[in-house]
Amino acid sequence: MDWAALSVSLRLAAFTCLLLLPVGLALGRALARARFRGKPLCEALVALPLVLPPTVLGFYLMMSFGSEAPLGALWQRLFGSGLNFTFTGILLASLVANLPFAVQPVQRAFEAIPPNLREAAWCSGLSAWQTLWRIELPLVWPGLVSALALTFAHTLGEFGVILMVGGAIDGETRTLAIAIYDRVQAFDEAGAASMSAALLVVSFVTIGVVYGLAGRRRWRRG
Amino acid sequence: MAERTPAPRLPETGGRLAVAVHQAGPIPLAADFDCAAGELLALVGPSGSGKTTLLRAIAGLYRPAAGVIACNGETWLDAGRGIVRRPQQRRVGIVFQDYALFPHLTARDNVRLALGHLEPAQRHAVAEQWLARVRLEGLAGRYPAELSGGQRQRVALARALAREPRVLLLDEPFSAVDQVTRRRLQRELALLREEIRIPIVLVTHDLDEAVALADRLCVLHGGRTLQAGPPGELLRHPASPEVARLLDRHNVFEGEVVTLEGRRYLRWGPYRLEVAEGLEALAEGSRLAWYLPDSDVVLHRRDRPSRGERENPVTGRVTEMVVLGGMTSITLGFDHGRETLRFDIATHAARRNGLARGEHATVSLLAGGIHLMPGHDAGGEAMGHMAADGGVP
Repeated sequence: MDWAALSVSLRLAAFTCLLLLPVGLALGRALARARFRGKPLCEALVALPLVLPPTVLGFYLMMSFGSEAPLGALWQRLFGSGLNFTFTGILLASLVANLPFAVQPVQRAFEAIPPNLREAAWCSGLSAWQTLWRIELPLVWPGLVSALALTFAHTLGEFGVILMVGGAIDGETRTLAIAIYDRVQAFDEAGAASMSAALLVVSFVTIGVVYGLAGRRRWRRG
Repeated sequence: MAERTPAPRLPETGGRLAVAVHQAGPIPLAADFDCAAGELLALVGPSGSGKTTLLRAIAGLYRPAAGVIACNGETWLDAGRGIVRRPQQRRVGIVFQDYALFPHLTARDNVRLALGHLEPAQRHAVAEQWLARVRLEGLAGRYPAELSGGQRQRVALARALAREPRVLLLDEPFSAVDQVTRRRLQRELALLREEIRIPIVLVTHDLDEAVALADRLCVLHGGRTLQAGPPGELLRHPASPEVARLLDRHNVFEGEVVTLEGRRYLRWGPYRLEVAEGLEALAEGSRLAWYLPDSDVVLHRRDRPSRGERENPVTGRVTEMVVLGGMTSITLGFDHGRETLRFDIATHAARRNGLARGEHATVSLLAGGIHLMPGHDAGGEAMGHMAADGGVP
């Protein structure tokens, strides 16, 4: 059992969820409410990581993380280190790869709120912030939870993008999914089996807990 | 009488709601009306006539390009002076067509949310009181999905009133419930009105509802307020053929002012009709639209003469008979034109008088009921366009 790889995987998934939560909320709400000509383009951009082969996405990310590319160069200047083959690098890649999982369920949830609920809240004296906290967020809660669950599960399973950007550096970028592949390549099927089982259990428990949290509320009846 | 005010002006205030909203687009609006404290004003008109837009403008949910909205001495909107109050600042109670209850909150919490102006410790008890006021005792802990349509409407009303609003806005509040519930809720609104002394604006496309509930109607079409007044007044004296049509009044005709032996008459085909009021002021030979409420059409009985029989008798042929329960709607056609006269009589009376399709029937058009609409033709537009049937398109 590669405990270092498990730790990398869990850290990566947790950070991805944490950082994408506000992004998913803001972007999902904005896309649900906005009416502008370029909206389909924005939605396509968000959805792109969903349809792109992970190696293709990983390739472009790897190229843009390089020190010759603007993003890589900027990062180098700001933080004094490169992005490829680092945990930060695979975290950034993971954020991009998971954007559709974090945004789309939230966007659908916001779209499902009738517009006049917000108006009713305003006319009841609630400010825009109070309306967000007391009306909108409770109503999009299931969408938010499902976005988190999808992001978490997808990050645990991500293979191609991570491998392209991060390689397989022990304790830094080697995730459990990559470690399993390495074990199989080394004909260590027992090792691969135990780690696969671990990933299966962790994924199942996470999703279970998260769906339990979202739950069917009493008010959703009827 | 028509109560039309010209350009936007700073309206009178003091409990009163005054609205003067004008814009060319995107939704054309030319609306001027007001509503006194304790008065119920119904905005009526077909779909797309701007009723709901005006209601939203009052609530601050829609911002017209130009206009003034004031209520209870406060200016809520004065586009010219750049005053736009947010919905939160307007103290408006609004009941939406679909009620817009917060589905994740109980009835009590729906109401409690509108009690932000009270101390937190008081809100629970006050919310319960409001629910009791709309007869929802014992249902405070229910979620909207667990309530019937009528109960939801009451929660919405309680929430709107809990805010202690300066004006109550009702957007088709009875359209989403069955007939029996509607009648009951309408009764309750009529009772409630006696307790709350604020302007109430009701948007409805149900004329019967508007006539039954409102002190005054305001007829809208294409965003324009055409006429406002008490229901009885509007139904007897519509300002134009258009208003008559919008109020589902059928009997709009075109006539000509003539003089015979020193007396003025209204010539309508071969008939010279006596008119109680208004003819003397008109120029001889002028053509104009006129209207007759169907209550002022008196059928001549076959067996014996009846009231007002000598008054303006006209004879037509029954072109249509529609039995609707105890009443029968009779449509008479005339040889002199395509205009038709429509009136309702008791079904048994229609039978007793042998009325049937194709039969001739003579009626009196009571002189006191004939309402002249100078400056209009029967189609409500340019002369020469002769509407055969004043029915709503």
